[in-house]
Amino acid sequence: MNTKKIVVVGNGMVGHYYVEKMAALAQAFDITVIGGEPRPAYDRVHLSEVFNGKDPEDLALTTREHYKEIGVKAHFGDTVVTIDREKKTVITELGRHFPYDKLILATGSYPFVPPVPGSDAKACLTYRTIDDLGAIRAQARLGKVGVVVGGGLLGLECANALKNLGLETHVVEFAPGLMGVQLDEGGSGMLRAMIEELDVQVHTSKATQKIVPGKDHTLRMEFADGGALETDLIVFSAGIRPNDQLAKQAGLEIGERGGIVIDYHCRTSDSDIFAIGECALFGGKIFGLVAPGYRMADAALSQLTDTPQSFQGADMSTKLKLLGIDVGSIGDSHGKTLIDDKVPASFLYSNDRERVYKKIVVSPDGKKLLGAVLVGDCSDYDNLLQLYLNDMDLPENPEHIILPADDGNNAAFSGMELPLTATICSCLNVTKGDIVAAIDGGCTTVADVKSCTQASTGCGGCAALLKSTVDTELAARGVEINNHLCEHFAYSRQDLFHMIKVGRLEHFDDVLAKHGTGRGCEVCKPTVGSILASLWNDYILKPEHLPLQDTNDNFLANMQKDGTYSIVPRIPGGEITAEKLIVIGEVAKKYALYTKITGGQRIDLFGARVNQLPDIWSELVSAGFETGHAYGKALRTVKSCVGNSWCRYGVQDSVSMAIFIENRYKGIRSPHKIKSAVSGCTRECAEAQSKDFGVIATENGWNLYVCGNGGMKPRHADLFATDLDDATLIKYIDRFLMFYIRTADRLQRTSVWMNNLEGGLDYLREVVIDDKLGLAEELEAQMALLLDKYQCEWKTTIEDPERLKRFRQFVNSEKDDTHIVFVQERGQSRPAKEQEREALTTA
Amino acid sequence: MTSAAVSYSPFDPIAVFDRADLVENAGVCVLINDVQVAVFYMPKETPCVFALHNWDPLGKANVLYRGIVGDVNGERFVSSPLYKQHYSLDTGRCLEDETVSVPVYEAFVEDDTVTITLQSRRQK
Repeated sequence: MNTKKIVVVGNGMVGHYYVEKMAALAQAFDITVIGGEPRPAYDRVHLSEVFNGKDPEDLALTTREHYKEIGVKAHFGDTVVTIDREKKTVITELGRHFPYDKLILATGSYPFVPPVPGSDAKACLTYRTIDDLGAIRAQARLGKVGVVVGGGLLGLECANALKNLGLETHVVEFAPGLMGVQLDEGGSGMLRAMIEELDVQVHTSKATQKIVPGKDHTLRMEFADGGALETDLIVFSAGIRPNDQLAKQAGLEIGERGGIVIDYHCRTSDSDIFAIGECALFGGKIFGLVAPGYRMADAALSQLTDTPQSFQGADMSTKLKLLGIDVGSIGDSHGKTLIDDKVPASFLYSNDRERVYKKIVVSPDGKKLLGAVLVGDCSDYDNLLQLYLNDMDLPENPEHIILPADDGNNAAFSGMELPLTATICSCLNVTKGDIVAAIDGGCTTVADVKSCTQASTGCGGCAALLKSTVDTELAARGVEINNHLCEHFAYSRQDLFHMIKVGRLEHFDDVLAKHGTGRGCEVCKPTVGSILASLWNDYILKPEHLPLQDTNDNFLANMQKDGTYSIVPRIPGGEITAEKLIVIGEVAKKYALYTKITGGQRIDLFGARVNQLPDIWSELVSAGFETGHAYGKALRTVKSCVGNSWCRYGVQDSVSMAIFIENRYKGIRSPHKIKSAVSGCTRECAEAQSKDFGVIATENGWNLYVCGNGGMKPRHADLFATDLDDATLIKYIDRFLMFYIRTADRLQRTSVWMNNLEGGLDYLREVVIDDKLGLAEELEAQMALLLDKYQCEWKTTIEDPERLKRFRQFVNSEKDDTHIVFVQERGQSRPAKEQEREALTTA
Repeated sequence: MTSAAVSYSPFDPIAVFDRADLVENAGVCVLINDVQVAVFYMPKETPCVFALHNWDPLGKANVLYRGIVGDVNGERFVSSPLYKQHYSLDTGRCLEDETVSVPVYEAFVEDDTVTITLQSRRQK
């Protein structure tokens, strides 16, 4: 049997989605994808984040390698120019021929540029691709003022980008209001007021007549009403038009105002050709959002399987943050739906002081929600959307659902039960039924459900709804969500932290007596030990604290497989003098220690017997070394690149900053180990994005990244804040670390912690940057206390003879542990293997 | 704790050392002939001293005395510092693997003196 040849034209988000889904089918297809852009598919929805400092690479949805791995032939930077429907072949600009059995057109759309004289000037740009961003950035460097033509969703997104580039920003809209498609007049007015407060100037009802060279700036826009505006660049974002020329040439049916006409199966007028995404016209409509595009891809793909589905149109409700302002629109936001010739009823709540606008449009009988507009507060969006999508009955007095509740929790929604068909995650098309099935299949946490159903792994907008759905389902099954530390403490680490802090408890025995039961164990003891250290920063080997410490903390070194220890002196920022290197070398030589460079720019010395640790440390301390806390759940290292002191590309002194940060946070005990790094430029040689917190230099200061890690499940850190000065950078790190220390679970790295925070990264920003919880001062004060009480634990230890007794191998003998035997390999010691040991002892 | 009946054969090898050498709620190690014995001191327990062979049979190293002590459902244990298995302080049994155990020895505290013998502790 011949494998069917599938050719996909276009590698945008929808085209890529189709290819991924197809490659995952059990049935094998011969898949070819041809993308006009020079790079594989990327996330266009988050394009503007590039101006926030995000690397364009991070927007990538796939790679050439990945396509290769899944058996997809991919060609980028070449455009299909002809479809030969007779020969069932497409031909590209470079003259390549690709025969097909089925052809998928996912050619997307292009930005509409109004035919205004002068709109072809060099400083007139569009906003759609990564290359567009480059052009906007380059042009922005040359001027001070930027104009966006178009006050719709994309236009405002683009205005945010211009603002981030430091331009005086204007939005010019032809219609009388902003976001006229999604918002009613009141909502649009509120949005305008809020945007103007952000110093973005809004000009509505403006028709641009021509664009001519300017006097003070590059260009001058002349409007129909006689007004004019000078600017250095113009970005057109006045809507999209389907890329349908290819289909048109091939004789496929095209809509009157453009768009490739498709049926319920996403078939074009040629039954072997499908069209999906923004190039397709369904029911006279273009669907300019990504989720409907995905649904088209699903439907088109299913036609090649035994279970064909149909595309029935899609809901165009949206929720987004524009210039930091929450905006939501559901269904018929304008109240134009007539039911039995009756006009729908509207309910409105508008608050100028707090800048909140909410409107619901309700069926004439008051039973069903037809639409909604939210500006300034989208917290009810998920619930409203579910009411709308599932055609659920409204409460008796519908107005209650938009009126503010006294306690902040909207009681009108409590007890609202969604049907199983309700879509929870529209990106990945996961229903409540899928989630229930996942829980029935054994998932017991949100994280489990996420990895099982993929829900909330797209845009993440449904995270809160997903969590409440999972919690409700678990509670209904009588599953108690148990985050108790262990049998001795019926509390989570976070609870315990709070109780120890509020009760000012300083000893494990007091904590156990007050809040626990039994004798404790190897789980709760180190946890409480760590909390005590995080709160009071006492010497951890005091007699009352010593029994709490895990073996590494207990002997201030890292136990290896044979019971010997490794030693890691602190080398802040990875910078070390020749003298100190020599000391390390001599100590290693004297005690025959195996030496290895670590990944954190330090030197690890292996094979020290427990009774050698004090002598070794005496030598290191007297040479000026401090403990590196490699044994502790604490700040480990702050790696750095060489920075602008030496490097041709460096823009800041990354080494000095890394040393400063490492010295600041060294020794702070935390729920898990913490790693950091500082890079001196965007080349990122210090790999700061793989750290719990990473700092990357910019020309204007520092970008802060948070919650990355390497290890078993590597995670790229998220960009948290940009272009910070030194003091703000440190302030944010103080707050971030302390908030993590306070609220994370035991042995929870920052990445997992953040994933479990309701509201994720945005919430974290609100706490750390906007001080939403009013905690910032307290977090900083707590950090200051810890910094103040820092001590080098090894220095304290070697100065106290009582403490040194702890490091005897035997309390009644000077002998060594005879089981420890080393052999030589590549000129250094290593533990003998079992056979080697036998050979050595019998010899 | 002062008048525990000292009952060991005069021929058993023993170690005698100061109570001050013990570490509260943690372990130390003594050498009796060539046998390493981990000695744990839990002042609030009766008895208050426990002696086990120092060899971790699963981790294969002499490290048990460096483990954390505690209890699971009332059973007192030391947790291996290498791979965290629990060994009963009373019987030496490994709580995760019943085929594994470590020898337990008699231990006595009298006034300021601790005595450990290599005689296997009588199972109560």
